[in-house]
Amino acid sequence: MSGMIQEEPLIFERSADGRSGVDLPAPPPHAPRLGQLKPRADIGLPNLSEPEMVRHYTRLSRQNFGIDSVFYPLGSCTMKHNPRLNEKTARLPGFADIHPLQPVSTVQGALEAMEQLSGWLLTLTGMAAVTLTPAAGAHGEFCGMSAIKAALTARGEARGKVLVPESAHGTNPATAAALGFEVVAIPARADGRVDASDVAQRLDENTAAIMLTNPNTCGLFEGDTCAIAAAVHEAGAYFYGDGANYNALVGRVRPADLGMDVMHINLHKTFSTPHGGGGPGSGPVVFSERLAAFVPVPYVTRAGERLALVEDDDAARKDGVTSLGRLRAFHGQMGMFVRALTYMLSHGGDGLYQVSGDAVLNANYILARLKDVMSAPYPGPCMHEALFDDTFLKDTGVTTLDIAKALLDAGFHPMTMYFPLVAPGAFLIEPTETESRETLDEFIEALRDLAAKARAGEKDWFAGAPYSTPRRRLDEVRAARNPVLRWKKGA
Amino acid sequence: MTRKYTRDHEWIRTDGVRATVGITDFAQHALGDIVFVELPEIGRKLEKGKEAAVVESVKAASDVFAPVSGEVVDVNAALKDDPARVNSSPEDEGWFFKLKISDASELDGLMDAEAYKQHTGD
Repeated sequence: MSGMIQEEPLIFERSADGRSGVDLPAPPPHAPRLGQLKPRADIGLPNLSEPEMVRHYTRLSRQNFGIDSVFYPLGSCTMKHNPRLNEKTARLPGFADIHPLQPVSTVQGALEAMEQLSGWLLTLTGMAAVTLTPAAGAHGEFCGMSAIKAALTARGEARGKVLVPESAHGTNPATAAALGFEVVAIPARADGRVDASDVAQRLDENTAAIMLTNPNTCGLFEGDTCAIAAAVHEAGAYFYGDGANYNALVGRVRPADLGMDVMHINLHKTFSTPHGGGGPGSGPVVFSERLAAFVPVPYVTRAGERLALVEDDDAARKDGVTSLGRLRAFHGQMGMFVRALTYMLSHGGDGLYQVSGDAVLNANYILARLKDVMSAPYPGPCMHEALFDDTFLKDTGVTTLDIAKALLDAGFHPMTMYFPLVAPGAFLIEPTETESRETLDEFIEALRDLAAKARAGEKDWFAGAPYSTPRRRLDEVRAARNPVLRWKKGA
Repeated sequence: MTRKYTRDHEWIRTDGVRATVGITDFAQHALGDIVFVELPEIGRKLEKGKEAAVVESVKAASDVFAPVSGEVVDVNAALKDDPARVNSSPEDEGWFFKLKISDASELDGLMDAEAYKQHTGD
């Protein structure tokens, strides 16, 4: 233990028998309420005083490499700044201190926030219906693909195949497979995009849907999207748009105009809610006219001044909705709805238009300033993220992982690495719009410096990185082969 | 015995209708340290080009495809405890499963060692 960075044991190792942060009276004698169930042993909660506990978590928080302390260009994740105004509104008692089982007459303000958020999402995407309930992006995918399955069932068809580009997020094929579809991979053209004529050839009467991310996971705009949509619709299939990269388009392109039938939107990406340990995800889904009748419950309806929740399938049927049913308990991540709506209202339509423009500009700045020393598999311009491969490291003995570790010493969270798989040793850098020119320049200089070091033969130095973090290079192979997932006393 | 290769970096060594399948040295090198291997069940009927096993490294999880159709007659159970064998001996001790080939003519479309070498850009 020394100086500002202290070694911190586990909270269990700090425990001392009999120590407590609060002085509670001993419980009076009482009958067990668990019937025949009896505890086998003490559950082993750690015993600490309050200052010990506060220091433990404060110290751990200082070892965190997070969005509030460093530039965090994790590709495909849109780690933009989480505005503090969002935090203020999310803590208003009318949003923060309500219970989902409260009478709806007492939560009209919260329902109005949900209705307004829904309205913004429908306006921005040009779609016909929306559900706010999915808990995150992959849950949104599950919701959207379930709607497609329900629509096919309603048509009396059992189509079994879903087309997914090779560069897709792993959640796309996983979602399709979880719903019982067979996944057919579509290779990309030499320019990294999906070809409409290639898709057309693979479509048949057994194709349920295509799942396409635009821009794709290489940060490239899928220029054939409208032609793909036309071919997909002509084959009687549906178009699932993955909204993971919507930050590149928001305010400029309406997914409905691209021919998409359903898309999830990651509020924790495009709409600035906390992300990656900072808060729950939230993945609303928007539906075109073709799928609007399959929206899940619950959803908000308005009768004059009064807002209500449609909570079950029977009630939904009266609206002409053949609901999928309920995807989760209650109504979704209320705190995230408030944050996302705050972000929309504080930016306005013109602000959101500038968000996507600046996100794309920042990524292109990085691509343009690094492509002479690193290797870009696609020449650009790119959309909201810049992709490099490891060709520039050939014969240096230095790997993408080594560069990522060395970036920690330079004070940056690394980019996404080794994804997408179509680019060997990938570096996927997504700066987002919230970074200044100066921050981008510092990051670019750090990477230029590391690229020069790699070429100068300093592979042994790289192998030792990181040098300045609380933990040095972790043995990821051993951790994966022999994971220790639980602390045990005396182990 | 002959050994052939697929575009997806599996090798298949045949001895009559019996064949052994694994992933190539090129593949293990590209994947990096292998941490987990999921093998097919014995008796499962595999279809050429369809998923047969899963291999996971610290970088990625990948499907291993059946080079030809056939029935699984044996699997390399040692990989369960020691997946590193795929790295240290990909084309011998690191084999994945054995097949009874259902249609030997499917072997004709596969690459020989020379063609595979060109395929991987050596």
